[in-house]
Amino acid sequence: MSSAKDRAVTDRRTWIRTAMGLLLGIVSASPLLARPEAPSQGPVLRGAGATFPAPLYQRWISVYGQQQPEVKITYDAVGSGEGIRRFVAGEVDFAGSDAAISDEQAAQITRGVQLVPATAGMVVLAYNLKGLEGPLKLKREAYVDLFAGRITKWNDPRIKETNPTLSLPNQTITIVARQDSSGTTYALTNHLSAISPEWRDRGPGIGKVIDWPGGAMLARGNEGVASRLKISEGSIGYVEYGFAKRLGLPMAWLENKRGQFVEPNDQSGELALGANSKLLPTGLRSFMPDPDGEHAYPIVTFSWLLLYRHYPAPEHASALKTFVAWGLSQGQAHARELGYIPLPALIAEQARGELDNIE
Amino acid sequence: MKRFEQFSASDAISGPPSKADYWVDRSFRTVTHLCAWLILAIVIALLWQIGEKAIPAIRDYHLGFLTSAVWDANKDQFGILAEIWGTLYSSILGLIIGGFFGVVMAIFLTQDFLPPLLAAFFRTIVELLAAIPSVVYGLWGIFVVVPVLRPVANWLNETLGWIPLFSTTLSGPGLLPAALVLAIMILPTIAAVSQDALRLVPYRTKEAAYGLGTTRWEAILRVLLPTASAGIFGALVLGFGRALGETMAVAMLIGNSNQITLSLFSPANTLAALLALNFPEAGKVEVRALMYAALVLLLITLLVNMLGTALMHRTSKALGVKTR
Repeated sequence: MSSAKDRAVTDRRTWIRTAMGLLLGIVSASPLLARPEAPSQGPVLRGAGATFPAPLYQRWISVYGQQQPEVKITYDAVGSGEGIRRFVAGEVDFAGSDAAISDEQAAQITRGVQLVPATAGMVVLAYNLKGLEGPLKLKREAYVDLFAGRITKWNDPRIKETNPTLSLPNQTITIVARQDSSGTTYALTNHLSAISPEWRDRGPGIGKVIDWPGGAMLARGNEGVASRLKISEGSIGYVEYGFAKRLGLPMAWLENKRGQFVEPNDQSGELALGANSKLLPTGLRSFMPDPDGEHAYPIVTFSWLLLYRHYPAPEHASALKTFVAWGLSQGQAHARELGYIPLPALIAEQARGELDNIE
Repeated sequence: MKRFEQFSASDAISGPPSKADYWVDRSFRTVTHLCAWLILAIVIALLWQIGEKAIPAIRDYHLGFLTSAVWDANKDQFGILAEIWGTLYSSILGLIIGGFFGVVMAIFLTQDFLPPLLAAFFRTIVELLAAIPSVVYGLWGIFVVVPVLRPVANWLNETLGWIPLFSTTLSGPGLLPAALVLAIMILPTIAAVSQDALRLVPYRTKEAAYGLGTTRWEAILRVLLPTASAGIFGALVLGFGRALGETMAVAMLIGNSNQITLSLFSPANTLAALLALNFPEAGKVEVRALMYAALVLLLITLLVNMLGTALMHRTSKALGVKTR
């Protein structure tokens, strides 16, 4: 009979021991998770930032990676604002931004900052409207009012006026905008401020994040906005040209400085950039809030890579320099296919020259 | 006699507790005590830590945070009125729909409308709804609920557009799709807890009602439901609490738009969605504001639960039912 009692006690003991063991196991297992990564052969370059040029950078990384397999490059598309934040905090080796970098932010970087324009692109107003027979044409006043929340229905006279042949529905307009701090938002609001003093002085102004007066649906990243547009009927939003093209979203023709309605396509973008392709000022920071030209698309922007002037490891600096120089020459050939505007030769040349500042 | 001897022997099964037994019992008691207190400690620590991080924002924005509907990280102006509105609007709407169907389903499954086997089958199916991950609900909402709702919503807008509830068209994500999916998500909770409450009503009570000559419906509506009301109320409060805090599906479906509107079809935002979507990128000041928002959400949930419990006690007292 003693065996029964003993067994009961032992059972309890084993139970407690198991529980203790489990607890200890959980506590002691955690350091095991933080195992150091296996050392890789070549330098690892980490980048983060704008979603606008991300497809192009990913393409560069994969093509360049085939040529130079020992260099590992990563790029997280997290939005220009977050990219700049990480760059200032020194969490990455380079960053991407369509809003360049402000002087105050640049002043915080002790290692120095070198801006390199890497590509350019158009910000298009893509929309989702069923049963429209042709492209939507928007005059300047109309799309400013749209984003300011003063036009709320698709059959508003200000839209009808320039689209007499389209049957515009009596449907609520839903604006889709960026939630994260974004260079695309910056480029759009920069343009809106340039064409509307009302927007600049009494409206939201220029910024990477905007509190949209009309109430907008917010989505993360260019791809987020594009996919939100895709599932929302009666919506309109702003994305980089390539994203809208890939999802097959129709894009509005916008009225440019000369009063022409311009379809966003490779040529109109290149015309906008070409008409303004003088040498960039020192620092290579330049915005074109309202490009001139008969057939130029009105909303274009450069997208920059932010590099440090000094890298502690020489192999990092040289690997990054070769990669960026490659992007500025051979890499440009991939731009058009993905919906970007190749840099004018003059500017690419100037940018390559500036790479010498990096040590 | 023989048996007695057996027990009194030294190796008897009921011997005095050994030292090990004492030790085990005492440590077990300590562990259970500790665990119970730990829960309280976790709640307090949670409130404390969130509150501490929210203090700078509370100092900066005071109660104006609750009454302004601006969320502008550029100008460091933050307010969550639109999110509070959206949270309550979508949750109450979800509760009305989900509560109605949940309670009806509980009646249907417990009041002998179905053969027991079939009822058990249905019960399992309803409980299965609770096992579906919230992100799946979100996707389902986007690709199934929204396209189904859209023509209905747009027809309502066309014919009854003068009613503020239908004043916009439904483009995609919006309040109604979010509320509908919320209703489905809280349905299993409400149905399961209400079923328990209804099953706890003694069979004699129902028989007595029948004995007095009531019809089945009179018995259900006048006798059973009031008797089980405390439990059903608890089910509704639980469901409402879940709806308030539901994040993923709502974040995918509500449209994430910072505006206050009565329209069922326009996009809106909730506190949980705001937290989930804004945290990854928020700067220092915005994080504080988000902490303040988290604190508000926590307090709303606490308040709802406390109100629910208080109301539950009152109704059960008024009805003369003893709560456990």
